[in-house]
Amino acid sequence: MSQLVTSTSATGTRATRVLGLLAILVMLWVVIGGLVFTPQDVVQGESVRIMYVHVPSAWIAYLAFILTAVASASWLIGKKHSMGFDRFAGASAEVGVMFMAITLVTGSLWGRLTWGEFWQWDPRLTTTAFLFVTYLGYLAVRRLEGSAEQRARRSAIIALLAVLEIPLVHFSVVIWRSLHQGATVLNPSGDVKLDDLMLFTLFSGVVGFTLVFFWLVLHRQRTMLLLDVVNRRGLDTAIANRRAEGSTN
Amino acid sequence: MSRPNNGRVFSAVLIKDLRIEFRSRVLMNQVLPFAGLVMIMFAFALDNDDVLQRVAGGLVWLATLFSSLIIIQRSFAVEAADQALDSLRVAGIDLAGVYFGKAIALTIKLIVLDFVLLVTAMLLYRVDLTGSGLVLLVTCVLGSTTGLGFVGTLYGGLTAGAKGRETLLPLLLLPVVAPVLIAATRATEAAFASGGAQTSEGWAWVGLLAVFAAVFGVGGSLAFGPLIDE
Repeated sequence: MSQLVTSTSATGTRATRVLGLLAILVMLWVVIGGLVFTPQDVVQGESVRIMYVHVPSAWIAYLAFILTAVASASWLIGKKHSMGFDRFAGASAEVGVMFMAITLVTGSLWGRLTWGEFWQWDPRLTTTAFLFVTYLGYLAVRRLEGSAEQRARRSAIIALLAVLEIPLVHFSVVIWRSLHQGATVLNPSGDVKLDDLMLFTLFSGVVGFTLVFFWLVLHRQRTMLLLDVVNRRGLDTAIANRRAEGSTN
Repeated sequence: MSRPNNGRVFSAVLIKDLRIEFRSRVLMNQVLPFAGLVMIMFAFALDNDDVLQRVAGGLVWLATLFSSLIIIQRSFAVEAADQALDSLRVAGIDLAGVYFGKAIALTIKLIVLDFVLLVTAMLLYRVDLTGSGLVLLVTCVLGSTTGLGFVGTLYGGLTAGAKGRETLLPLLLLPVVAPVLIAATRATEAAFASGGAQTSEGWAWVGLLAVFAAVFGVGGSLAFGPLIDE
């Protein structure tokens, strides 16, 4: 591990550079295609272009939290308790929270333009907001003091409890709404009729955001590894210093 | 010495927690007055008899959630002091027994809290209760306080002794208990017949409360030990 740290001062490798370059190329197309080449929507006009950011970021946010849960379960189940799983879970949750914030902001802006409101108490929106807050809590748990092992165990359990919680929240919000004002169908992408170029740009957005996500997660988990190494070295150095003091006295 | 079984651990922890409350009277002297104050503050903020009558159920459960945060902090403050939790951890006992003991002690305190809050709502907000409404209300209180007891003990255990626990606990707990707030409020509204709600409408929500309590009872008993382990 220490060899890995000394051999490179950066967190990039050839693979991540290729990944990053691909992400830039695809995102360039999404920006140009989304803003210039694709037509405006008959009903929504120019505001439909928010879709090229909103839908892919929502997809990435949910993907991130699924990956966090899978990595957390792998850490708990695995006999070796490989810290790689823990770092991947943490990195994925951090990046996921960022994309979830983008989803909520773009979603409410789009909502203001199409429904006239920033927020609707739609089950999907409400569940997304709860997921966002839940993972902010997850990240707070990761920052609790303690050893790397403790952090891994606590956060893995919290991530799996979130898997229990989210369906319950979603289900209760669904029946809450259905009983009180009738299910409101607010499917932003559902009432948009997409032509081929729009569909292609949307698909490119999903691919581009996925590439960006993995690029960010790979770098983030490497900085987490470096942080763990620094912490451990700090402890080793402190012990060595005390020992040296003891031998000189 | 033989290892005590889960039932004995459960009853020992339960009795210990209730005895601490009985002697210190934190619930009686501090939490209940706070909860009553919150109910009065709601009335100041909403300032309308009809509105208060309509939303009484929701206010009772909001006051329960806020007060429960204080009770949970307190429940684990006594464990963090003098490293009591560490002693339990190294005692070689099954921590599921400790979990259920603390959870049921918390549930009993919450039942007392809710009794006071519901009576306050009936007096201050002028809500009426029929016989069938009372049965629904009692079941609703049992279901929701059990769920809150399980979840509160789980997250209280995690944050016990941690720096910044006062702020971390609400951030972790409130999103998780949102289903309890929704279900208990709707069931209570049905029991109070607020806004023309029928008592029979409330039972489906009690079902949701039971599912919540069961899920977190099982999940909590599995997760509590590893969560507080060092």
